[in-house]
Amino acid sequence: MVTLGDYLTVSALLFTIGFGGVMLRRNIIIILMCLELMLNAANLSLVAFSRFQVQPSGTSNYDAEVFVFFIITVAAAEVAVGLAIIVALFRARQTTHVEDIATLKF
Amino acid sequence: MNLPWLLLLSPLSSAIVITLLTMRFRGLSSFISVGAILFSLICSWILFLQPNVYVPERTWIEIPGVFRVPLGLTIDNLSKTMLLVVTFVGSLIHIYSLGYMRDDEGKSRYFAALSLFVFAMLGIVLANNFVMMFIFWELVGFTSYVLIGHWFDRNSAAEAAKKAFLTNRVGDFGFMLGILMLWAATGSIVFSELIPQMSKVTGNGGYLTIVAVLIFCGAVAKSAQFPLHVWLPDAMEGPTPVSALIHAATMVAAGVYMLVRVAFIIQASPDALTVIAWIGTITAFMAALIATQQDDIKRVLAYSTLSQLGYMIAAVGLGSNEAGMFHLFTHAFFKALLFLGAGSVIVALHHEQNIWKMGGLSRNMPITFLAFAIGALALIGFPPFSGFFSKDAILARAYEHNTAIFAIGLITAFLTAFYVTRLFVAVFWGKTRSDAAKRSDESPFVMTGPLIILAVFSAVAGFGFFASTFLIIPREKEFVVLVPTLATAATIIGAGIAIALYRKQGEDRFRADILRRGFYIDNFYHWLIGISQEFLAGVASFIDRWIVDVGAVRGTSGGTWGAGALLRLFQVGNLQAYAFLFGLAVVALIYFTIFR
Repeated sequence: MVTLGDYLTVSALLFTIGFGGVMLRRNIIIILMCLELMLNAANLSLVAFSRFQVQPSGTSNYDAEVFVFFIITVAAAEVAVGLAIIVALFRARQTTHVEDIATLKF
Repeated sequence: MNLPWLLLLSPLSSAIVITLLTMRFRGLSSFISVGAILFSLICSWILFLQPNVYVPERTWIEIPGVFRVPLGLTIDNLSKTMLLVVTFVGSLIHIYSLGYMRDDEGKSRYFAALSLFVFAMLGIVLANNFVMMFIFWELVGFTSYVLIGHWFDRNSAAEAAKKAFLTNRVGDFGFMLGILMLWAATGSIVFSELIPQMSKVTGNGGYLTIVAVLIFCGAVAKSAQFPLHVWLPDAMEGPTPVSALIHAATMVAAGVYMLVRVAFIIQASPDALTVIAWIGTITAFMAALIATQQDDIKRVLAYSTLSQLGYMIAAVGLGSNEAGMFHLFTHAFFKALLFLGAGSVIVALHHEQNIWKMGGLSRNMPITFLAFAIGALALIGFPPFSGFFSKDAILARAYEHNTAIFAIGLITAFLTAFYVTRLFVAVFWGKTRSDAAKRSDESPFVMTGPLIILAVFSAVAGFGFFASTFLIIPREKEFVVLVPTLATAATIIGAGIAIALYRKQGEDRFRADILRRGFYIDNFYHWLIGISQEFLAGVASFIDRWIVDVGAVRGTSGGTWGAGALLRLFQVGNLQAYAFLFGLAVVALIYFTIFR
């Protein structure tokens, strides 16, 4: 029997991998991918919560699943914008490594 | 009944007309001014002959139930006599000024100020409430400032004017506080309303004493009593008629007049009376000592004025208003006479004021000499000249009430005789000691005329039949023989010593610097004001340097800079560091929302 705890474990694992990627990787495209991973970890836990919260009428609570659709939509938009920025950045700097993009540093 | 208003406003209109219209026509200005005061004199005389009347008053400022300032005039025996003294002596001095200031560039300005002064002085005399009196009091101070500084291109005159004004301000501040405290206790500032209300204050002895002493402060400054006497000798920088009018006969007497006017307040407080009597005595004695060592003819007279005013204040302090007013009355004549005589000498010698450069003037200036002699005899209290009677009245009062004050008063009488005779001998007897003195000539009639009139009054003003027309002559029943004998003996001894010492002297035999410098009181004030200013400047500088500069200005900039430096530490410029901090913050947020 797969319990809520198992889903949450996987979700936490996914989130940690994503967070670690964002922190440690140098390539912006990878970082973007890791960000998506983190979003999907959150999605997974939301879906799990939705599935496991049974209302007195016997049906599940689908509010969280609606929320997940929104997250997926926003994430798609975000990726589109993010990739566009990365392309523009690459054209300007010929690099996608975060260490090379430190102009804001005082 | 408009006569009092007419006589009050006539000098004011003269001042206004001169200032606005006739500033360019110097001769015309002087005659307008003289005409105005003669008009006031005539009005005063008519007023004097009429019985006392109540002048209907008008309300000027009113906050119902709290505060009311009427525009009202007091007409009683006291104010009528004072009006006559002011307008009579004032008229003579105005006429004398026609001669003395004949060729002065600022003649119009001078006469305008003189008229304004007479207006202010009459205002003090006539005021029926404290607020009006205080306003005129300040106006007198201001006109005195203008007149002392008449020759303002001379630095010493400008400094003296400033000093007189500021010193008077010190006393006036006390005066104002006294008025306010009195108003706070009784709710009234009108003299006639205050008298029945005094019971509200008399219950509280300490409060009453403070009020009386504060009001006395005004008189201390205006009548140049110790310790605020320092301005009067310096005020001699003004033209000599001004010295005669303001700094001898009238303005300085305003303090004494004011004390007599509010006698119902100060006499309710025995402590205040003691303070007043002793301040007067100290001033009389100290000024007489200083006068024995002055070389400037006007400064000797200035210190003698201080000394005589000390007598008057002492008389008021001893509870004898009559004696104080009597001396004020006679002093106005003989001191004005002495100053005008000195002015005559000064003009004849082309503004030489050092008595050791005069000498032998009795031959060249017989009228001035005789008039000055009468004035001097009256001042030293030689019988039967006017000063003898009035000084005797004060001494008799002192003998009766306070032996210590009597003894000091007697010594002062001796010193007075000494320094006046010294001055007289040095100026009029012996050999001429300078070219100016050799070529000196009698002054024109416009100047000697007032001298003669004043000399007559100085001679007779003390006699009972004359003086009792104008004021109440104090009668001390006992000691009729003892006090006058002692006083006359002191006078004769003082004069005799001075004649013996200075008869053939071309310069002073003694040099007592402590007396020449007036007991270093000026130096002390200089030092005191110096250190207090230094201290205040230090405090201000500390506030400016440390609180404003360092605290407010540099504090703001430094705070901003420091906050910037601190916050800059977070701005590493590394994307992942930002992400890490962001994550950390989210964790912290979650931690605090859930577990707290």
